[in-house]
Amino acid sequence: MAQTAVKTDPTEAMIASLSMPAGGWSAAARADALARLRAMGLPQRRDEYWKYTRPDTLVQVSAPRAAVLVSDERPMFDDVDRLKIVFVDGVFDPAASDDLALEGITIERLAAADSDLHWARSLYGVLETRGQTPVARPLATLNTAFATDGVLIHVTGKPSKPVNLIYRHDSETSDAILHHCIKLDPGAEMTLLESGPAAARFNKVMEVEVADGASFHHIRAQGRDHERRAGTHIFTRLGSASAFRSFTMTVNGQLTRNDCIIELSGDDSIAHVAGVCVGDGDFHHDDTVFITHDAVNCQSRQVFKKVLRNGATGVFQGKILVKAGAQKTDGYQISQSLLLDGDSQFLAKPELEIYADDVICSHGSTSGAIDEDALFYLRSRGVPSGEATNLLTLAFLAEAVDEIAHADLREDMTARLGAWLERHRS
Amino acid sequence: MLSIKNLQVKLDDEDKQILKGVDLEIEAGTVHAIMGPNGSGKSTLSYVLSGKDGYEVTGGTALLEGVDVLDMEPEERAAAGLFLAFQYPVEIPGVGNMTFLRTAVNAQRKARGEEEMSAAEFLKEVRAKAKELKIDAEMLKRPVNVGFSGGEKKRNEILQMAMLAPKMCILDETDSGLDVDAMKLVADGVNALRSQGRSFLVITHYQRLLDHIVPDMVHIMANGRIVKSGGPELALEVENNGYADILAEVV
Repeated sequence: MAQTAVKTDPTEAMIASLSMPAGGWSAAARADALARLRAMGLPQRRDEYWKYTRPDTLVQVSAPRAAVLVSDERPMFDDVDRLKIVFVDGVFDPAASDDLALEGITIERLAAADSDLHWARSLYGVLETRGQTPVARPLATLNTAFATDGVLIHVTGKPSKPVNLIYRHDSETSDAILHHCIKLDPGAEMTLLESGPAAARFNKVMEVEVADGASFHHIRAQGRDHERRAGTHIFTRLGSASAFRSFTMTVNGQLTRNDCIIELSGDDSIAHVAGVCVGDGDFHHDDTVFITHDAVNCQSRQVFKKVLRNGATGVFQGKILVKAGAQKTDGYQISQSLLLDGDSQFLAKPELEIYADDVICSHGSTSGAIDEDALFYLRSRGVPSGEATNLLTLAFLAEAVDEIAHADLREDMTARLGAWLERHRS
Repeated sequence: MLSIKNLQVKLDDEDKQILKGVDLEIEAGTVHAIMGPNGSGKSTLSYVLSGKDGYEVTGGTALLEGVDVLDMEPEERAAAGLFLAFQYPVEIPGVGNMTFLRTAVNAQRKARGEEEMSAAEFLKEVRAKAKELKIDAEMLKRPVNVGFSGGEKKRNEILQMAMLAPKMCILDETDSGLDVDAMKLVADGVNALRSQGRSFLVITHYQRLLDHIVPDMVHIMANGRIVKSGGPELALEVENNGYADILAEVV
């Protein structure tokens, strides 16, 4: 009994510090989540799933202070024709946001959606709950119970432009919990952009239901603020012949843990998840991916690249689970780090668990320095050492950046990564 | 153009002397060839001149137009007009050939205080030069040397040479791995670049490359030194009799 008390104390402290938004269609899901959270407890350092990333600052009662970055860099996705939805420290900003009406899509805010027959009832907390086995993800459960806002997006057609969730960070002590639900009807398509540091500490969950023949494209840029912390989860389930593509660029941030839980439950579907991160100094970045193949002839692809220097740490935990009967599965996973000095580290745990006998699954993980031969070749042609190193670093990241389907956004991401490398040249 | 005096070089991490006092004078507008058996120090000479890590200069000088290049960074040597055509050109996945070439051209111009080449101007020039070397547009778009055949890699080296317009070109076994036709194409590319203000140092094992790129002088290198110098006929002598006779003669 004493042990249980030790385990639940920080959890109870956290629960006591938060207030659950009252009533409405989500009340049952929130109450259920609270009960589940009490049963599982918040993550601790001894949890296997948190072996490489200390959860302490994500589970302590209030957010550690994080300075707000002042930058004259052009905001992300500025040139893109998009529908903007702005949250400042987790609070919706109607003045900065666009009108939420767009053909082929309905958008509501979680905090404002009060209909008792809401469609999101079948999604809110549902995919999150499914994603709790075989590994518990208490931060997501905490989010389901206590999320203060978020967006509920129902995609019925093919909207003419992407939706951009913009997360501004304005207060040094802000602690934001947002929860989004996105439901794509059969054949529907949408691109979701996310950008910005969000808050001093950000807990975000996104549940995405992709119906048969639908396609979801997600491109995210986690902001440059050095001291921010974030724990995010994406839970998605795919119908047959559907597609899910997600790309994340992370630049700076003291602690980022991005979990992505994908369930391929319809035949002939594809899921691609990719990420690049660049970190200098006090930087810890963790990509944790769990892909379940539970249907025939599905393809999954994980491509993660990390550039680390001055003691930065990168973590990758990626798993492909192929269930019995998920024949003709094609699973690919690569995680690589480029260590620009001897102080940085990359910790990788690639896993495959396969119960079907007619599958192709491959995984690879590498950690290395800049290729000296390539560097000399470039220098011998007149390219100065620093510029040559940056060119080779961008080349290293290219395989992941190439996962973005839009050429303009691909170029923009590359340019921003190049600018970061330029700023952080040794 | 290039004046090498008593150049002595050892490996950085082992106590092994590779070059034991090389002397070489290359006048502007001339082509010199260095031949020699394996392990004689030919490639080391080319690497040391271009600034590759792993070698320690223990004595001597190498002046390019009066300035010692041995103290310079590799990129400074390139901007000063030195160019090494690699025996094994390096593959660089993820870096487009055009990006690479343009970055190199403009980096050198910047280092020399010249104006950078515009995208349009660069494109026009690179296309014209690529055509002469029978390099198709597709090859220019691919990552640097990735998936290139041996011949394509060597032609790509010559294309870089043509775009960068160096004063002193060192060709390190440019003929290795080439068939007769490819060698002819590369040699034609080099010959087209021969001019009054440009010198070449051609390192090769075989005389046949020198049928196409006719040198003014031929040097035989052995055991870290130039042991014999002469006209083009010296290369023929090697081809007919091998190195053994020459080495026996000088020892």
